[in-house]
Amino acid sequence: MINLKDLVEKLNLKVVSGEVDRNVSGGYSSDLLSDVIANAQKDDLWITLQIHINIVAVANLQELAGIILVNGREPEEATLKKAIKENIPILLTDLPTFEIVGKLYELGIHGNER
Amino acid sequence: MDKNRTTSKVQELTFEMKVKDVMKRNIATVNPTMSVGSLRDILQKKRISGVPVVNDDKLVGIISIEDFIKCIEQRDINALIEDKMTTKLVTLFADESLVYAVLKFEEYGFGRFPVISRKDKKLVGIITKSDILRGVLNKLETVYHDEEERRYRASHIFNDIVADDVFLKFQYYVEGKNFDKAGEAATGLKKTLYRLGLSPEIVRRASISTYEAEINIVAYTEGGKITAYLEPHQIRIVFTDKGPGIPDVEKAMISGFSTAPGWVRELGFGAGMGLPNIKKFTDEMTLTSSIEKGTHLETIIKLSDYRNGE
Repeated sequence: MINLKDLVEKLNLKVVSGEVDRNVSGGYSSDLLSDVIANAQKDDLWITLQIHINIVAVANLQELAGIILVNGREPEEATLKKAIKENIPILLTDLPTFEIVGKLYELGIHGNER
Repeated sequence: MDKNRTTSKVQELTFEMKVKDVMKRNIATVNPTMSVGSLRDILQKKRISGVPVVNDDKLVGIISIEDFIKCIEQRDINALIEDKMTTKLVTLFADESLVYAVLKFEEYGFGRFPVISRKDKKLVGIITKSDILRGVLNKLETVYHDEEERRYRASHIFNDIVADDVFLKFQYYVEGKNFDKAGEAATGLKKTLYRLGLSPEIVRRASISTYEAEINIVAYTEGGKITAYLEPHQIRIVFTDKGPGIPDVEKAMISGFSTAPGWVRELGFGAGMGLPNIKKFTDEMTLTSSIEKGTHLETIIKLSDYRNGE
């Protein structure tokens, strides 16, 4: 099992909310919220460019391990407030989705085979 | 928790958990044409006792610290790994239940097993006894916390109330076009159902289907309300709104069909997956809509595993 804290260090992610000492079991990347709801799994790390407040609700409902925002995007203020309140880790990277997913895969974070 | 109960919980966990949940994924491998001597660094630096031998992504053997020591004794450290490695491989599949791993450790007495994916037989990890121990302990900790949480449950209420029919009703109001608040009803319902001691799977299905319906009310209507009725055997959730209604319900149920305006799509909604998702996560779904009255959606989730009191 992989700890989110290790990923944060190895990939130089900027943590803006939430406790990162938790397990990550897999990964999911999508910018469609309904798709994430239907297909992500508990303890997945979610990679997206969406930054509005509803990403926190989705992460909360699916009990995701955290959200990585790509392309140097920062969460909206309301998103950040909510994420802090709900203890959802939001992590920032300057890399685009393709790059960060590749790096995560190399570190052992895989998608869920169906 | 008495001893017997703990034992059975561990057994239950080893059935539920998969090899991939506990295995190490980021593993060192060696090439069959490397010399045995080159193992020194890997074994020492990584403090490991065995390394999978991989050729073109394919697992061809495993070489252990015992093999390495044997070569040193025989002053043969320039030998190739492929001549000294164990090729009689016993592997585990990543999606295999942990209980098989435990049985294999007992049967073979090996220190480690390479883990391969069932689909393409590629090496995806390695598992040792301590990985299993750590994994099960971590999981037990989570289970313990869940158990604590459940102590607050009010599910025994149903047992204590004397009536022909009992239900708990939760009412949520949803503002139209306000995405800042979208999801609050679903999140509130989720917390409530957890508190009442429902199983995580039921809570997940109820909250996810409610979220999708809530998003629809926010995105397409002037607002509405969500009423959840918790009964001893099921959760029934009723969604009503103030219109404008769905012109073609049949079409709306098709996965990928969407009438969402651009601003909704920009937020990552409107992929035409909402209604199909609701159907997927509930046991029954009834949708009626008329242009004057708005939309009426009813979902039912059966509580076959509802813990009423124990």
